[in-house]
Parts: sequence; structure tokens; C-alpha cells
Amino acid sequence: MRRTVGALVRKELLVELRTLESVPGMALFAVTTFVVFHFALNQNTVSGQEAAGILWVTLLFAAMLGVNRLFVADADQGGFDGFLLAPVDRTALLLAKALALLCYLLVLELVAVPAFGLLLLGPPLGQALPGLLAPLALGDLGVAAIGTLVAALAVRTRARDLLGPLLALPLLVPIVIGCARASAPLLVSAHPGGPALRWIATLALYDLVFGLIAYAVFDFLLED
Amino acid sequence: MTMTPLVYALQGASTLPSNDGYVAAAYIVFFALVLIYVVIMAVRLGRVERRLQDLQERREDESGEHEKRERELV
Amino acid sequence: MRSPSLRALSISTVLAFCVSLSLVFFYAPIEADQGFLQKIFYLHVPLAIVALCGFVIGGLFAIAHLRTGDQRWDLRSYVAIHMSLIFGVGVLLTGSIWARASWGHWWVWDEPTLVSFLIVFLLYATYSPLRFAIEDPERQGRYASVFAITAGAFVPLNFIAVRLSASYVHPRVLGATSNLPSSMAFTFLVSLAAMALLFATLCSYELAAKRTRILLKVRSRTLGFR
Repeated sequence: MRRTVGALVRKELLVELRTLESVPGMALFAVTTFVVFHFALNQNTVSGQEAAGILWVTLLFAAMLGVNRLFVADADQGGFDGFLLAPVDRTALLLAKALALLCYLLVLELVAVPAFGLLLLGPPLGQALPGLLAPLALGDLGVAAIGTLVAALAVRTRARDLLGPLLALPLLVPIVIGCARASAPLLVSAHPGGPALRWIATLALYDLVFGLIAYAVFDFLLED
Repeated sequence: MTMTPLVYALQGASTLPSNDGYVAAAYIVFFALVLIYVVIMAVRLGRVERRLQDLQERREDESGEHEKRERELV
Repeated sequence: MRSPSLRALSISTVLAFCVSLSLVFFYAPIEADQGFLQKIFYLHVPLAIVALCGFVIGGLFAIAHLRTGDQRWDLRSYVAIHMSLIFGVGVLLTGSIWARASWGHWWVWDEPTLVSFLIVFLLYATYSPLRFAIEDPERQGRYASVFAITAGAFVPLNFIAVRLSASYVHPRVLGATSNLPSSMAFTFLVSLAAMALLFATLCSYELAAKRTRILLKVRSRTLGFR
């Protein structure tokens, strides 16, 4: 199983490196959105809960772009059939795609978070960064799990680009709540605190539950 | 929505009379929803019955023609 | 699973509603804080509870569908979710009316249960579009069941998450059901029972109607007509 997942992840990342169809778009979208926010809010800097909200909403919508494209190549070019013919555990595909999406999100954040610190964030990013790592990591895990499940669900329907985000966003609301609330005290200029533990715990619990659910139901999406 | 004497008697603290309207609105919305659902179901039932009727007539026509053809052959 | 006689269900629903409404308007005392307005509580909260249970039940039926492959479970799951969505419209409308009467706004973010419900509603609103975007009926049922299970697990988690995030500035009767005086609690339970019966009745009607339509389609096809 581990070898299958490893092989699949390597394939995903190789394809992405060669075609560069998801990650640059996601990163560019995030940076552009920060610019849009500057004009929409008519503010030079943001801090506190506002900053947390803007950061997380932007990351979320950029992630949706990646989620939309996650299974498209497999659906359009027979990748599903090829995978189904192989004598491997089908959940390996779920794990591989989720891990790949996680990698995309990490790269996205490597670009977007510094961009946010540069363009919009009032207080210095450096002091907030260590505390931000936990919400970022847990948020990424949640988006990866739910995003992969929803992507698999939506890709073989007629309105795949529309249904993906529509299905994913309500499911991701608790993650937005957890991450935004956890990050808010970190992004204040005066006395930055640490992320509240209850939000970290909520995020971890939510990620765990949905990871398990995705693992349990994914098989049924591939039977054909 | 009229209030019975019993309810008047029970009223202690200040209640704005306009609240009656809101309570009425809420209950009306609820019953309207149920009614709309029943009406939609009735329309669908009508459609199903018409289709059933249609099928029944066509079957009778077919069997009628069949008998006619049989008689012609004989 | 033989569904109980429709007539029996309908009659008991009507009776239950008569009893519940009489209790609401003639027996339950006027609440000191909100006055007569509080009567909406006996309508809005049972609607919400039944709708949420309906969503979760839809998820349970979906599990049965995936485990047995029996299409009848899929039909039950669909009807349960569809009916809960309709009840959900009622919840949001009555909740909005209650909010308007209490605080002057048609929508308030301070009521965590209402906000959670909105999120759940928005999620389940995608159920029908998802189903109709898949043409193959077997795959449609399977994907719909996967969705129903995921969303059904989401319902309780969502409520916990939103409740955690809420500010407790406006304590409401909704949160204080544990310390209701017995007359109100009794009225509430009867209203809840009536609403549950209504849900069961309407679902039974819907199921019967759908089965009839399916039968009709099958018969007309075997007879050679389109």
C-alpha cells in the first residue's frame, strides 16, 4: 500500500511539475486576491481578526482552484480505468491525491503567506509565523481530506467546476472558523498572543473525523 | 389572531401587541409550506392518473384492433 | 420494511397537531422574557430538530444503500433529505421572523443554531443538483449516498464548531431548554412529536408517489409505449 501511494504521489507531483497547471495559478490567484482586497477595503494594512479572515478566505478560494483540477486529468484521459485495473487497494488513490493536494497547498502558502505579510498585513509577519504554523498545517490537512473527497465526487458529473466548490465550502466552514479564530490573536500589532488551544483541538478533531469518513466512503466513488 | 381570556389572564410582563402579527406570520408560513407541498403532490397525482388513463385507453384500443383484425381474417 | 398505513399516519398527525396547537395557545404559560412571541419557539425548534434528524437519517439510509446495494434504501435516503430540506426552508423562515420580532433584524449571526442550520441547508441544497448532474442511475445513487453520509456526519460537527465560535451575548430560549418549566417542556415535547409525525407522513406520501411513478414508467415501457 505504501509503495502504491508513493508511486502515485510521485506521478502526481511529476505531472504537476511538468505541466504546472495548478500551483502557479493558485499562487497567482492568491496574490491577486490580496490586491483586490486592498482596493475593496480601501485600507493599506489589516490586522487582528480581519487579517486572519482575509488570509484564510483567500487561501480557501485558491485551494478550490486546485481541488477543481485534481481529478480532471484522470477523468478525461482514462486514468480511473487504468487505476481500477491495477491490483491495488483503491484507497491508495485517495491518499495519493490528498497528499498531492497537501503539497500544492504548502507551496501555495509558501508564496501566499509572505505575499500577505508584504502587501496587507500591518504587524510584522515574522513574530506571528511560528504560531501560524499549527493552524496552517491543520487547515491544510482538512482542506486536503475534504477537497479530495469532493473533487472525486464532482469530477464525473456534468457541472464539475460548479459542484466542487459548492459542495466543499459548507464542509470547510468549520475549518475556516478554527483557522481564522486561531490566527486572529497572532496577527495583532500590540500584544500578539498564541493560538487558542481550543481551536487547534477543534481543527485536529475535525480533520480526523473527516479523514476517516473520506477513507471509508472513497471506495464507492470508484466502482464502475 | 385573537387571544383567549385565559391567555390574557396569564400575561404578566409587557407584551407588545405587534408580536401577535409575528407569531401569526410564523404559523402561517409553516402551514403555507405544508399546503404548497400538498398541492404539488396533488398536481403530480393528477398527472400520474392521466397517464394511467392514457395507457389504459391505448391498451383497450390495441386489443380492440386486435379483435377486429382477427374477425377480418376469419 | 412495510410502511404503516398512510391513513393512520395522516390521522395521527392531524390529531397530534390539534393537541399541540391547543397546548401552545391555551395551556403553555406566557414567557416572562419574550412574551407572546415565544410561542414561535414551539414551531421553529421542533421544525429544526426534525429537519436535522431527517438529514442524519438520510445519511443512515445511505449507509444501508451502499452496504446492501438495494435501490430502495437510496429512494428512502433521497426522500428523507428532500423533505428535511423543505422543513429547513420552514426553519429558516420562522427563525428569520423570530429574529425580526426579537431584535429588529431579519437575520442575526448571534444565534449559533440558526447559523449552523444555514450552513447545513446550503450544503444539502447541492444534493439535488449533484444527483441530476449524473446520468447513470446506478452511479447517481452511489454518489448521492456518499454525499449523504459525508453530509450526515457533518451536521453534528458543524453545530459543535459554530457553537464554539459564537458569542454568548444574547442568551436565548433556544439554549435554555434544560431549564424550561414543566408545562412548557410538555408542550414542547408534544409539538416535537407532532412535527416528527408530519415528517413521517409526508415522507410516506412522497415514497408512495415515487414508487407509483416508477411502476408506471416500468409498466408503460414493458407495454411498448414510451
